[in-house]
Amino acid sequence: MLETTILIVSALIGLSLLLNLWRFMKGPHMLDRIIALDTMYINAIALIVLLGIFMGSPLYYEGALFIAMLGFVSTSAVCKFILRGDIIE
Amino acid sequence: MDIAQLATVVFLLIGGVFLLIGSFGLFKLPDFYMRLHAPTKASTLGIGSILVASIIFYSFKGDGLSIKEFLITLFIFLTAPITAHMLSKAALHVRCEPRADTLNIDKLEKIRNRES
Amino acid sequence: MDIKHSLWPSPFNFALLLVVWILLTNSFSVGNLLLAVVLAWFIPFLVSRIQSDTSRVKKPGKAVRYVMVLLYDIIVSNIVVARQILGSAHKLQPGFIEIPLDLREPLPITLLASTISLTPGTVSTEVSKDRQCLFVHALNVPDEAALIAQIKSRYEAPLKEIFGC
Repeated sequence: MLETTILIVSALIGLSLLLNLWRFMKGPHMLDRIIALDTMYINAIALIVLLGIFMGSPLYYEGALFIAMLGFVSTSAVCKFILRGDIIE
Repeated sequence: MDIAQLATVVFLLIGGVFLLIGSFGLFKLPDFYMRLHAPTKASTLGIGSILVASIIFYSFKGDGLSIKEFLITLFIFLTAPITAHMLSKAALHVRCEPRADTLNIDKLEKIRNRES
Repeated sequence: MDIKHSLWPSPFNFALLLVVWILLTNSFSVGNLLLAVVLAWFIPFLVSRIQSDTSRVKKPGKAVRYVMVLLYDIIVSNIVVARQILGSAHKLQPGFIEIPLDLREPLPITLLASTISLTPGTVSTEVSKDRQCLFVHALNVPDEAALIAQIKSRYEAPLKEIFGC
C-alpha cells in the first residue's frame, strides 16, 4: 500500500518537474526561468523526503534541509543581481 | 493496515497533488505576475503536507517521536513569501509586462517608484 | 540601549532559537536542553548590539490565535486557488491593488506582507517609501473594495492588537 502510494506520488512529482523544465526552457523572461528553478528546488525536496520514506532511513532529511537552504539563497541572490544590475545600467 | 499508514498515504497523496497543481499553474498561467502565485503557494502547501506524512511515518516506526521535519516546513513557510516578494520586485524593476486586462495597470510606474 | 535589554534581548528570539535547536538535534536529553537554553540566551545577546530596535509582541495569546487563523486560511484558500488554476485562465481578473496601511513599524508591516504572500491569491509586491500603503498583486479580483476590507479586518487588525500600536 505504502510502496504503491510512494510510486504514484513520485510519478506526480516527476510530472511537475517536467512541467517546470518546460517553463525553464521556454520562459519568455529571465524571471520565469528563475521561478521555474525555484519550484524545481521545492519538488526536489519533496522527492528526497519521499526517497527517505521509501528507504525507511531518516538520513535523507539532512539533504532535504540543505537543498531548502540552497534554493532560498540562490533564488534571492539571482533576484538581487537582477535588481542591482539594472541600477548600474 | 493501521491508521498511521493510512494517514501517511493520505497526506502523501494530498502533497503530490498540490505540488502538481502548483507546477501546472506555472506551466499554464499567462503572465509572470500570475505565474508567481502558483508555485509560491500550492507548492508550499504540497511540501508541508508531504513533510507531515514523513513526521507521521517516522513517529510510528518505533524510534519515538520525530519532529525535525517541522524545521524544513518552518523554513519553507518563512522563505516562500520573501522569495515571492523579491521576484515581484525584480519583475517590476525590469518592467515585466502584465496581462493587458490587469486592474490598475496604469499604476505600475507609481508602484515601481514606491510612491503612495 | 539600557542594560536590561542587552542582557535579556527578546523572549521571542529566545523561544525561536530554543525550538530550532531542539528540532535540529532532535533530542530531549537534559544536557541538550541545557545547551539549547545557553545558546538561545547567548546568541541574541551577541546580536542585540547590531540590531536596531524592533517592536515587541505585547499579547502572545493573540499571536498564537493569529497563527492558527493563518494556517486555516492557507489550507482553505489553497483549495480555492487550485480550482482557479485548473479552471479557465480567461475568467480570472488579475489586478494590482493598493492597501492603505494603519501599521507604521517595520516588523508588523513585514509580517503583514508575508501573511498576504502566504495566503493564496495575493502576493505583496512593494511598500511605498513613506510606509503609507502596500501594493498587492491578486490573482482574481472580483471586487477590489471587498478584498481590501477583508485583508484589513482579518490580518491587519489582529496584528495591530498583537503589537499594541
